Amino acid sequence: MPGALPSGEPVPATGPVPPGTPAGEHGFGVYAHVPFCASRCGYCDFNTYTPDEAGRDGYVDQVLAELRRAASVVTPRRVDTVFVGGGTPTLLAPSELGRILAEIDRTWGLADGAEITTEANPESVDPSSLRELRAAGFTRISLGMQSAAPHVLKVLERRHTPGRAVSAALEARDAGFDHVNLDLIYGTPGERPEDFAASLDAVVAAGVDHVSAYALIVEDGTRLATAMRKGVLPYPDDDVAADRYLAAERALTAAGFSWYEVSNWARDDAARCRHNLLYWAGGDWWGLGPGAHSHVGGVRWWNVRHPSAYARAVADGWPAVGRETLTADERHTEDVMLRVRLRDGLPLEHLDEAGRKEALRQAEAGLLDPAKLEAGRVVLTLRGRLLADGVVRDLLTAT
Amino acid sequence: METACAPIRILFPTERNAVPPTLDPGSHPGATAPERIRNFCIIAHIDHGKSTLADRMLQLTEVVDARQMRAQYLDRMDIERERGITIKSQAVRMPWQVREGERAGEPFVLNMIDTPGHVDFTYEVSRSLAACEGAVLLVDAAQGIEAQTLANLYLALENDLHIIPVLNKIDLPAAQPEKYAEELAHLIGCEPEDCLKVSGKTGEGVPHLLDEIVRQFSPPVGDAGAPARAMIFDSVYDVYRGVVTYIRVIDGKIEARERIKMMSTGAVHELLEIGVISPEPVKGTGLGVGEVGYLITGVKDVRQSRVGDTVTINSRPAAESLGGYKDPKPMVYSGLYPIDGSEYPLLRDALDKLKLNDAALNYEPETSAALGFGFRCGFLGLLHLEIIRERLEREFNLDLISTAPNVVYRVELEDGSEATVTNPSEYPTGKIAKVYEPVVRATVLTPNDYVGAVMELCQGRRGQLKGMDYLSSDRVELRYTLPLAEIIYDFFDQLKSRTKGYASLDYEPTGEQESDLVKVDILLHGEAVDAFSAIVHKEKAYNYGVTIAAKLRGLIPRQQFEVPIQAAIGSRIIARETIRAIRKDVLAKCYGGDITRKRKLIEKQKEGKKRMKMVGRVEVPQEAFIAALSTSDAPADTKGKK
Repeated sequence: MPGALPSGEPVPATGPVPPGTPAGEHGFGVYAHVPFCASRCGYCDFNTYTPDEAGRDGYVDQVLAELRRAASVVTPRRVDTVFVGGGTPTLLAPSELGRILAEIDRTWGLADGAEITTEANPESVDPSSLRELRAAGFTRISLGMQSAAPHVLKVLERRHTPGRAVSAALEARDAGFDHVNLDLIYGTPGERPEDFAASLDAVVAAGVDHVSAYALIVEDGTRLATAMRKGVLPYPDDDVAADRYLAAERALTAAGFSWYEVSNWARDDAARCRHNLLYWAGGDWWGLGPGAHSHVGGVRWWNVRHPSAYARAVADGWPAVGRETLTADERHTEDVMLRVRLRDGLPLEHLDEAGRKEALRQAEAGLLDPAKLEAGRVVLTLRGRLLADGVVRDLLTAT
Repeated sequence: METACAPIRILFPTERNAVPPTLDPGSHPGATAPERIRNFCIIAHIDHGKSTLADRMLQLTEVVDARQMRAQYLDRMDIERERGITIKSQAVRMPWQVREGERAGEPFVLNMIDTPGHVDFTYEVSRSLAACEGAVLLVDAAQGIEAQTLANLYLALENDLHIIPVLNKIDLPAAQPEKYAEELAHLIGCEPEDCLKVSGKTGEGVPHLLDEIVRQFSPPVGDAGAPARAMIFDSVYDVYRGVVTYIRVIDGKIEARERIKMMSTGAVHELLEIGVISPEPVKGTGLGVGEVGYLITGVKDVRQSRVGDTVTINSRPAAESLGGYKDPKPMVYSGLYPIDGSEYPLLRDALDKLKLNDAALNYEPETSAALGFGFRCGFLGLLHLEIIRERLEREFNLDLISTAPNVVYRVELEDGSEATVTNPSEYPTGKIAKVYEPVVRATVLTPNDYVGAVMELCQGRRGQLKGMDYLSSDRVELRYTLPLAEIIYDFFDQLKSRTKGYASLDYEPTGEQESDLVKVDILLHGEAVDAFSAIVHKEKAYNYGVTIAAKLRGLIPRQQFEVPIQAAIGSRIIARETIRAIRKDVLAKCYGGDITRKRKLIEKQKEGKKRMKMVGRVEVPQEAFIAALSTSDAPADTKGKK
């Protein structure tokens, strides 16, 4: 979750959506943000705070307060997915995270077979805490590995050793998690092709069923951005990023993974992250915690950023500070921009005639899969995946 | 700026704002004996203090009191005032009673005729000079004479004008009046002691100068009984009154309520008003021999009342015009395009309005595949171009792209036909026998330390040295013949930078020469981009091609496919650059909290895409055209005051 909040309209005192707003027609998710980290990584602009920037006391109770308030206006049939993200959720004790799950189950009800994910830093878990998390109800864990090369982790200012992420993944499987993900970042200054190849080998060897691989994004205001502006570090090169992406696709496909979103690979359909798929399909979710975004029935809103402001807000009202009611046009833009990134693609009928014509042109240019297009789906080719933003732009601006 | 034509601030009397007459006693317009009249102009370089000196004269002759005085009264347009240059001339009638010498106490009428100070307006300058018997050569005592002043001085000498050399700014600590007096004396052929010394700022020496104007300049001579003949030396459009024409009467008398006739066209107009400027317009009954004043006929376009034409009385017309009339001929062409294509009608209206006041401005609609709808405009020169462009942007709030200026080429084809090319993209495609380009005679004045640098520059621009003279021990006059095309492209910038700003330049068109010229096209992904086509000398074609191609490579964003940029002469490629295909254009992460931000980014990009121009399949940002077409500094900018 990026740090800066968008600009939107003010949120009414009665809450971001009126009581009784229908929600979860196509599934319902809950995101819970844990805005704490032991230290801040140099590339990170997420809404997260180190111990001397914000206290953690009473945090779970504040989240529960927002949850109960949420349950008074939105009543989905059940909760299909939960995703606890951060920050570093595992800085909270497994029992604390378990309290959030229990309250979600009590208020809205967790569906049978619900996907319940937590993010974790490799150095913040061990076999016993992993067993406790599993016992608390988590079914999936996502570990931030980033790289197997020590000098790359150093540039990223990650604290763990390269081996730790792989061990944590193995420990998670032993603890009984159904699904384990490792995150990689590529294109970091100083990363050599063989460094990234080693990272890919490591995730494959770790036996996980899901891999996310992201090109390094240099966000304004981070230490990394400052270092690049000052010329201490070189800016990432898009051509290098493209080479790394192709390397990832090659290695992961060879190891039995398949891409299902531009930056995500899974061993099989069951291993796909259902929570994220819900975002990409325009589903409804409630985001709990400071800076969290929510979306219900075409209304999106976001909470106040700082944990102390959040604590004050939930004490006697709503923590939401901005919202937007999506127009038909905006919903269409989001639909195209999100679904085009998926292997399942965008149904061709979601495009107007000019868009469909443009899709044909892009298929000819090698950016879209012609067979899938023939079958009524807009699906990116491998080259198209690397140029997805341009494809989206052209589909949306075709006249 | 309230209205399009607002910069002209002189109020011509209408029924609602009558100005009380403040005529000089005993010498009413139309009744002033020629021997009491002195017509003169001031020749000076920008910054040498002409306007300040004129202000002092207006005050001393009491036609403007201190309260009314606004600095540099005679420069009327904002742009003129900001650049410190005078674009449009004007004539002011000032009464003067001689203070000292034999004629002390005698009343005279001095007509000060203002002259434009730039090379582009040489013809207007020549007409202003033709309206005078004498010229004050005003030179900054700290800087010495500049090339443009020298050119105008030669023009004045050609017109047989008597010259009074004057050194200005003698109050400045850096003034070296003795040194520059020698220089002036050498140029004019007088004694250094003959140079008057004044300070426009303090007023020192100005009364003596006015006395000397009376003493040294001859009174106008003409035949009062002959059919009327008056020369138009300026013509300006006034939003309330239509065209105001400035004339100098040579023979006879132009009387109010007569019908007048323009001798070049034979057009007859009612004379609605005649008078003098002193310095506000004062209506009168007529103008006699030697007098200078204005007339209003109700025409709305300065083209109907052209500088250089002869005015006569329709009921008793003169048999022969005064001669010397020339149609203004554009020397430099450039395409002007609105950045926002929807502003095309506004640009057309704006040009229509400017044309009313500018007989030399000429334009025709043209379409560029790259830039859309615009106009191919002809100008007298680069300054003229800059002034028009700036007025369009400033007074009409238009954002414009202008294509690289080009000269007019005459092309002879092997089939015997001939074409005049004012736009490189219209260069004939048939077999070409000969190409002619305009050439100029250029004068460069430079401190002798920089003679080598100036010669190197001129030779690099295909110049031929015609002569070299030392004006003084350390200042040199270099005379070159140069193709005009070489001067309109950053020559002045180069001259200034190579001489640390000390050199000055003047040039005048002298004809044409046959040259080894070719048209270079710039192709983007195989398609010629008309806005970048240029006609250049064969030896410079490669350089032009490489420069533009490299510039474009840096300006055009990478596309989803490889884009070759080629420079070509006909079908022969002379330079090539490649914009490599973009390989990655995708945001790595797009989760719940990213969606709004990402959507807004796409919406912004959609807007950005609308401002892209398509050249074939290549998306080119508008900014790339602007940047590629701009030179570092427009030459005219460096000529004005900072």
